[in-house]
Amino acid sequence: MDVTLKLYASLGTYLPDHAHKNEAVVSVDDGINVEALIDQYQVPRKECHLVLVNGVFKAPGQRSQTVLKAGDAVAVWPPVAGG
Amino acid sequence: MGWHRKILRINLSKGTVDVEPLNMEWAQQYLGQRGLASKYLINEIDPKVDPLSPDNKMIFATGPLTGTAASTGGRYSVITKGPLTNAIACSNSGGYWGAEFKFAGWDMLILEGKAEKPVYLTIMDDKVELHDASEIWGTTVWHTDDWIKTKHQDPMMHIAAIGVSGEKEVLYSAIVNDLHRAAGRSGVGAVMGSKNLKAIAVRGTQGVAVKDGKTFLKATMDGKKVLAENAVTGQGLPTYGTQVLMNVINEAGAMPTRNHRDVQFEGSHDISAEAMHEPRKTDGKKNLLTNQACFGCTIACGRISKIDENHFSVKNKPEYWHASGGLEYEAAWALGSNTGIDDLEALTYVNFICNEQGMDPISFGATVSAAMELYDLGLLTTEHTGGIELKFGSAEALVKCVELTGKAEGFGKELGMGSLRLCTKYGRPDLSMTVKGQEFPAYDSRGIQGMGLTYATSNRGACHLRSYTVSSEILGIPEKTDPLATEGKPALVKAFQDATAAVDSAGICVFTTFAWTLEDIAPQVDAACEGGWTPDRMMEVGERIWNMERMFNMQAGFTGKDDNLPPRLLSEPAKTGPAEGRVNGLEKMLPEYYQLRGWTADGVPTNETLSRLAV
Ligand code: SF4
Repeated sequence: MDVTLKLYASLGTYLPDHAHKNEAVVSVDDGINVEALIDQYQVPRKECHLVLVNGVFKAPGQRSQTVLKAGDAVAVWPPVAGG
Repeated sequence: MGWHRKILRINLSKGTVDVEPLNMEWAQQYLGQRGLASKYLINEIDPKVDPLSPDNKMIFATGPLTGTAASTGGRYSVITKGPLTNAIACSNSGGYWGAEFKFAGWDMLILEGKAEKPVYLTIMDDKVELHDASEIWGTTVWHTDDWIKTKHQDPMMHIAAIGVSGEKEVLYSAIVNDLHRAAGRSGVGAVMGSKNLKAIAVRGTQGVAVKDGKTFLKATMDGKKVLAENAVTGQGLPTYGTQVLMNVINEAGAMPTRNHRDVQFEGSHDISAEAMHEPRKTDGKKNLLTNQACFGCTIACGRISKIDENHFSVKNKPEYWHASGGLEYEAAWALGSNTGIDDLEALTYVNFICNEQGMDPISFGATVSAAMELYDLGLLTTEHTGGIELKFGSAEALVKCVELTGKAEGFGKELGMGSLRLCTKYGRPDLSMTVKGQEFPAYDSRGIQGMGLTYATSNRGACHLRSYTVSSEILGIPEKTDPLATEGKPALVKAFQDATAAVDSAGICVFTTFAWTLEDIAPQVDAACEGGWTPDRMMEVGERIWNMERMFNMQAGFTGKDDNLPPRLLSEPAKTGPAEGRVNGLEKMLPEYYQLRGWTADGVPTNETLSRLAV
């Protein structure tokens, strides 16, 4: 199935080559969870500060429990802030 | 200590300069800067005063840490009654002006009356002089800065000035210091213009003594270590600036778009921090050149940008080809997402003009977006706009609007009234995305519920800097709360409001609080000045300041009914994203907030609360 992986700020370097505007549609195994997707793209877990699935925050403890569906969007940031 | 204990009072009507001792009793009760200067202002003006009349006063105020070795210790605030809101106004700025003013030996500057003719002020330590400003009246902030430094043969001066917009009383005019740092909100620049005061140039050669040097050095070094080791203040903010929020807030479905019609902007990536870091397709160069720090700051979140010289906005205008203050998140949102414009170079140019002419880009952008909606509905036409096709998404229209508003010419005069007055004039006040007359910043409160309460209750009208619950609701600092829940938000908002009022009174930047708590700040304040400053004392002072500001606003004519949001946010559900189908639940939060504050059900501080806080 396809999901959208979005990696922002310093994590952009972990995106696959076909990524555009910090996002890429990627093919993954059915039933993959958020943490496994992050690991698959070798994004260091400790850098994954803010993880949103379809815009909704997933705390570190929830990531391996959150199973993705086709079409889901996973967006990840290192520690960032603004105002 | 931390203080010179000296205030400069200048009566512009009479041309007099007086020196007064700082009221140290009040400094114990209100700390400094925002709190202390608000106490002075409230003590001296009629709350019902016309903000643009000579009877209004304005105060430039520092905190005990301004000009010291504390990280970010360069801040000052301008406190006055604001013409955009008719409420108390307090606009905070960085750069170098605040520290330089303190180095000149002063804690605070109180300006009264109105000069007969345009003047500018120079403060060189004890030498304080008013000068004829006729040669620079009608010119920009940038020209004024250069002209004064040349005239006085002193490139080391730091200058806070207004542009033409401030002279012509555009209601969201800013005071800009060091070319691109601004006391931006609520129209403080228009108050300066109404006093016929063009600029204040400062030069100081004195240091700032602290109460206990050894303890102070340790406390500030400890604080700097915390900032350096924290991933947000040590890496995130210096590298990406506040603009990194563009994609975060869009993804979270809280990005006000096209005057809050939508909550997600399809062009957000093109105007984000990531885009500023990428080489442009047109010339292969990056929009962002480097970051920059304000005085004494070890975070350095500022952006320095350069516009593509072939971009339509600056083509054949080499005066805008240099590097200058780039887009911060608030400006990029207001000028971009909120107008539906995804042209990064155009937004950078418009931001340059906001700095050059001294305008708040948040209120300017939000007013243009309201005008675009009126145009979309046929209530404004090209006849009103002088031929500008004011369509959502038109960078050309935005560029024309900023050039006209900066000089208060043509349709720019209408835009200069701000969104509430403009929408009211054209029959749709409900389309003005404001609270107490001030335009919203960059967070849609349908997607971040706590921000609805923050905006509704802010003492200076809609503002994110009075209680930045985004920090908790989205970023998880200090701890994560659910942005879609209303439960727990009244207490969160109150805690943020009180703590921020204390930070704003200390002389440091609120961005330190992404890493620092009051446990980090209080020891620095306590080593700098008398007062036995603990985190609890700071929270108590913050609460006192909040209630004092509230009482001023009530005496100025505001009531609990003004703690409200525009109908769109309370009745038009968000169309997409996590908040789809939701409105802001203000009515669920407000009664509990009043109760926690010790206010009546109508939002009036009770006598018991006021006497507990000794307001
Ligand atoms: S964090 Fe940014 S705004 Fe605050 S003092 Fe430092 S550079 Fe200035």
